[in-house]
Amino acid sequence: MSGLAAAIRVALSGKSVLVLEKHEAPGGLNSFYRQEGRVFDVGLHALTNYSEKGEKRAPLNKIFRQLRIPRETFDLNPQVGSRISFPEASLAFTNDPAVLENEIATHFPKCLEGYREVVEFVVNRDATALDDRGEMAGPFLSEKIEDPLLREMILCPILYYGSATEDDLDLDQFVILFRALFLEGFARPIDGVRTIIRALLKKLKEVGGERRMRCGVSRMLTHDGKVQEVELDDGSTIRAGQILSSAGLVETNRLCGIEEKSEPVGRLSFVETISIFKENPGSFGWNDTITFFSTRRPFRYRRPENELVDPHSGVICIPNHYQYGSERTLKEGIVRLTALANYDQWKALSQNAYQEEKERWFQTLQKVALNVLPAPTTDPKSLLVGRDMFTPLTVEKFTSHLGGAVYGASRKAKDGRTGFENLYLCGTDQGFLGIVGAMLSGISIANRYVVP
Amino acid sequence: MTKEEVQKIVIDIIEEIAPDEDVSDIKPEVRLRDQLDLDSMDFLDIVMELRKQHGIEVPEEDYPKLASLESCGEYLTPKFNEKG
Repeated sequence: MSGLAAAIRVALSGKSVLVLEKHEAPGGLNSFYRQEGRVFDVGLHALTNYSEKGEKRAPLNKIFRQLRIPRETFDLNPQVGSRISFPEASLAFTNDPAVLENEIATHFPKCLEGYREVVEFVVNRDATALDDRGEMAGPFLSEKIEDPLLREMILCPILYYGSATEDDLDLDQFVILFRALFLEGFARPIDGVRTIIRALLKKLKEVGGERRMRCGVSRMLTHDGKVQEVELDDGSTIRAGQILSSAGLVETNRLCGIEEKSEPVGRLSFVETISIFKENPGSFGWNDTITFFSTRRPFRYRRPENELVDPHSGVICIPNHYQYGSERTLKEGIVRLTALANYDQWKALSQNAYQEEKERWFQTLQKVALNVLPAPTTDPKSLLVGRDMFTPLTVEKFTSHLGGAVYGASRKAKDGRTGFENLYLCGTDQGFLGIVGAMLSGISIANRYVVP
Repeated sequence: MTKEEVQKIVIDIIEEIAPDEDVSDIKPEVRLRDQLDLDSMDFLDIVMELRKQHGIEVPEEDYPKLASLESCGEYLTPKFNEKG
């Protein structure tokens, strides 16, 4: 998706651009697939950074302007309401930041002042500068918020929605995600991510960008500190002008023949179960859009060491609960549950064991959902009509991120530079995350290095 | 080409890149940034469109000369006329 956004910018500037897509479906990490007549989004729980039309400084609105795409084409419908659910407390939040502030005033009155300082800091910090300041969020939060429970509750959604590092994250990433989740909020097109991808493809075509599908890059031939040629999977080569790679930091280096000894391959991957119900989950009492949970304290955002999955925390998302308007609803109920997983453990399984473990963890995670969400008025199992599940291996296969690392490498290249003068990174490993982040990443890197 | 014509071209570009801005009442002496919601990304687009639509190159060190409609006119009119 970052690549598509970058390509639109390059084409808009009047230069010629060619997009090489390895897969048959466009979108990368934010893609979709079809199965048994249903269309599933790969990773999309929500588009974060939702802002209303008038908010001209909001990243989302910058994207519409920079890509010259009318806002309506994304069909963004704001969330109903979400929740952070821990054993000792639960905090509701919506796209109106006042809701979360009121919840904190009620449940953590002593921390309210500190929370307000965090918000003020986030509002005033320019976190999208393309440089790395090397500060972490943990110490900053400890200074502002005394109660570790509230700190963990704030970090839980932020880490789950974008941290490539364990338990803590870069302060600028924290600022970007805090704003994206708590100050701006969630939205979703009724047909999922493909609505956004279609809009990008249509624009790219309109401005004269060329696109080749199922056309992976097998290597980049380098000489004199430059990429000279790009070799495709079919063996043909393309002479290189300027190249933007959204393949990831380590992955891009490998394409250039560089293997580092200690590569920062991300350690964090996920499993996700998707359950399809005959009815809207609201009909049996599950009304929140997204529930970020931890059933154990302290909350840990780490790769499970000796298990395939860590079922003690995660994210439950119900795409039915967006404000689609009175006439529009999803045909079926959908519940997605995401939890941390260990890539190596999944990778080590035999084919049979892999299928067995997938089944076992699907069942286990359904029980987790029952435990975390409000007690249902009907047994959801009796309404289940379809399901799917993906593991770190599925993630690796479709994103080509080594180790199934959804959020990429633990080290980011914020300025997009690589060791080669005409090769730049965009997307996950440049450091902006989510759908809006991906597009902003492509736009920023194209603007800085290719457009002028 | 007159300064007014060049300024009209700049207004048309702003209208194109930022369709949600009201360009009907831009004061020529006031910085564009102070009366419209334009950021550095938008100025990059103005430069991009000047090159694409009119073949006018604005080097990065001259970006400050595009600050107001008045300074745009002063700076760009000779460039348009040189081009013929």
